[in-house]
Amino acid sequence: MSVDRRSALKIIATGGAAAAATTALPAVASARKEAPPGAMGMLYDTTLCIGCKTCVVACKQANDLPQSVGHIADSQLYDAPLDLDADTKNVIKLYKDGQRESYMKSQCMHCIDPGCAAACMLHSLHKNETTGIVEYDPQYCVGCRYCQMACNFGVPKYEFNKLSAKIVKCEYCRHRQKDAAVQTAAGLTHYPLGQGPACCEVCPRGAVIYGTRDELIAIAKQRVAENPGRYIEDRAYGIEDAGGTQVVYLAHVPFAALGLPEVGPESTPNLANTVQQGIYTGFIAPVVLYGALAVVMFRNRGSRGKDAERRGEAGR
Amino acid sequence: MSGHAEVHAPVGGKILTRPMLILLAIAAIGGLVALWRFLNGIGSVSALNNGYPWGVWISVDVVIGTALGCGGYAVGLLVYILNKGRYHPLLRPAVLTSLLGYGDLGRFWELWKVPVFFWRWSHSPQLEVALCVAAYVAVLLVELSPAFFEKWRTGNNSSLRSFSEWGLRFVDRFSVWIFALGLLLPTMHQSSLGTMMLLPGPRVHALWFTPWLPFLFLVNCIMIGYAVVTLEAQFSSAAFRRRSETPMLASLSRVTAWVALFWVAFRIVEVLIRGKIGLLVSGKGLFFLAEVLLTLAGALILLAPERRSRATWQVRAAIVLLLGGALFRINTYLIAFNPGDNWSYFPSFTELLITFGIFAAEVAIYIAIVKMFPILSGAHPAASRS
Repeated sequence: MSVDRRSALKIIATGGAAAAATTALPAVASARKEAPPGAMGMLYDTTLCIGCKTCVVACKQANDLPQSVGHIADSQLYDAPLDLDADTKNVIKLYKDGQRESYMKSQCMHCIDPGCAAACMLHSLHKNETTGIVEYDPQYCVGCRYCQMACNFGVPKYEFNKLSAKIVKCEYCRHRQKDAAVQTAAGLTHYPLGQGPACCEVCPRGAVIYGTRDELIAIAKQRVAENPGRYIEDRAYGIEDAGGTQVVYLAHVPFAALGLPEVGPESTPNLANTVQQGIYTGFIAPVVLYGALAVVMFRNRGSRGKDAERRGEAGR
Repeated sequence: MSGHAEVHAPVGGKILTRPMLILLAIAAIGGLVALWRFLNGIGSVSALNNGYPWGVWISVDVVIGTALGCGGYAVGLLVYILNKGRYHPLLRPAVLTSLLGYGDLGRFWELWKVPVFFWRWSHSPQLEVALCVAAYVAVLLVELSPAFFEKWRTGNNSSLRSFSEWGLRFVDRFSVWIFALGLLLPTMHQSSLGTMMLLPGPRVHALWFTPWLPFLFLVNCIMIGYAVVTLEAQFSSAAFRRRSETPMLASLSRVTAWVALFWVAFRIVEVLIRGKIGLLVSGKGLFFLAEVLLTLAGALILLAPERRSRATWQVRAAIVLLLGGALFRINTYLIAFNPGDNWSYFPSFTELLITFGIFAAEVAIYIAIVKMFPILSGAHPAASRS
């Protein structure tokens, strides 16, 4: 009358087998992604930044963004935005811990394997194949905000107070680019003046510079080598972190204090991709499961025969 | 139990009763707030912000809503795969509940481009959820269609009559393929609901962040599905004076108990093996304990034959299991998510009004449909007051 233990186990086994079939993880994690050869990036050095916020103003002008005013008491700086928001793609923040102080520049990190793009259903957020810049195309954005959940740096912002809301984030001033970038005498690959990222072009101290990722990493390593003890952990953040980012940081206070999380060298989409690919590679597992379900149902249908009501067979 | 005639019949009776009017009022208030949201943006009615872009709407309406919709999946597994035909009287109402549970998804996701622009599809787990859910709604409609065809084929309209006859033959002929799809799709998207929270990565508390999230979500949905079927069957027999399904639910409850026990064991063992047990002393550990203990309590209630054969204990266990199961989902999507110290979120009143409105609308539609169409089984076409 009641479901006996065998049936109960059968149920658990069936559910378990189905689930195991769909969650079987491949033994080897998917390969680490590499930046495209001409990947562009930025290098920000906290020891050079004087917190003038020229870059914040330049970003607002270049991207036609309205002024957003923070609270002077909170920021302990000026009447400027406190953090990235729907009107701010680039911001300078102040970190204070007793004696130590540091400025911090925040904008999109342009990850080599970005969580936001992995979350995006229709590649509305995607990496440019040449520059590696994470670009946003609102035409295919359904406003689900999964990208905001998936970004470990809290970069994409959503226009919560707009009817036709979009995602707002740094796109490396790609709307200004018209000509190809070429290597300059200083050894950095630049666009003609006025076409590169506005924040880097206006920085009076060279605290944030741009060029190809490889050039910037070489410069960062050189600075670390020439100034032992000056930089925290004697390394640049972003070379390996989070699967590698195209914006790299040199700092004199702990990275985590500046909002750069210690997430290890694996990119966050890697695990989700591995699970997802384990389930759906070639769509084999779902098709096999579908076939198995149908076969069992056909057999059950036959075995019940005349005893069961026909209505039941039709699944009502 | 196996001998009784499985006759589905409309409940009948007045539709606009007082409880119905109250439900419609709650739904209407939610509708007005939703209208405001569509005119003024999400920020105008919700407490959602750029740190917590997902709040109660996604975790309650979508994630739990889809789990409530698993009644059809859970009973379908029994009926079609394990060949337990005697659960049939539960299947049609379960499928109806499933359909309503999924109905509110489309409101939040402007889905039309997603199935159309297939050449732009990514590997996003959310895309998988969206496509599967859309397909599953279609399958549920086909599964439920005989209930409507049976009513229409005795109606006055001759073209509707012949369409209904054709429809019944169609569903009969392709039933196996349709119903196999009805089991495959929830398996896929329920597990993908777990995969979705793997992407936020380190922002999800370690007690919930595990590669086994897809599996935990799948088993959890079967549990919630059973609980929903139990509550819905007992509610219907009480409110509509139908024959009680208690004996049938008793054997169903036994299965539920084992599934819930298995889930609890798996959850605890995973935390132990990965050495995360020390995290239990953190504030979030309380939420973990709550979800596990509630589920365990439900399982223990139903393990005792003398309890699971009684309607009151079935309902109690179902409520406890529903709370535990839903808490696991809220925990994973909301409590475990930490975007940083400088962000906070608590749902606003208007935000909750929309959520209440959706649930009220679903209950109202359920009552209206079972009164008009042959969904529920049972031989007492009683004069219902509900």
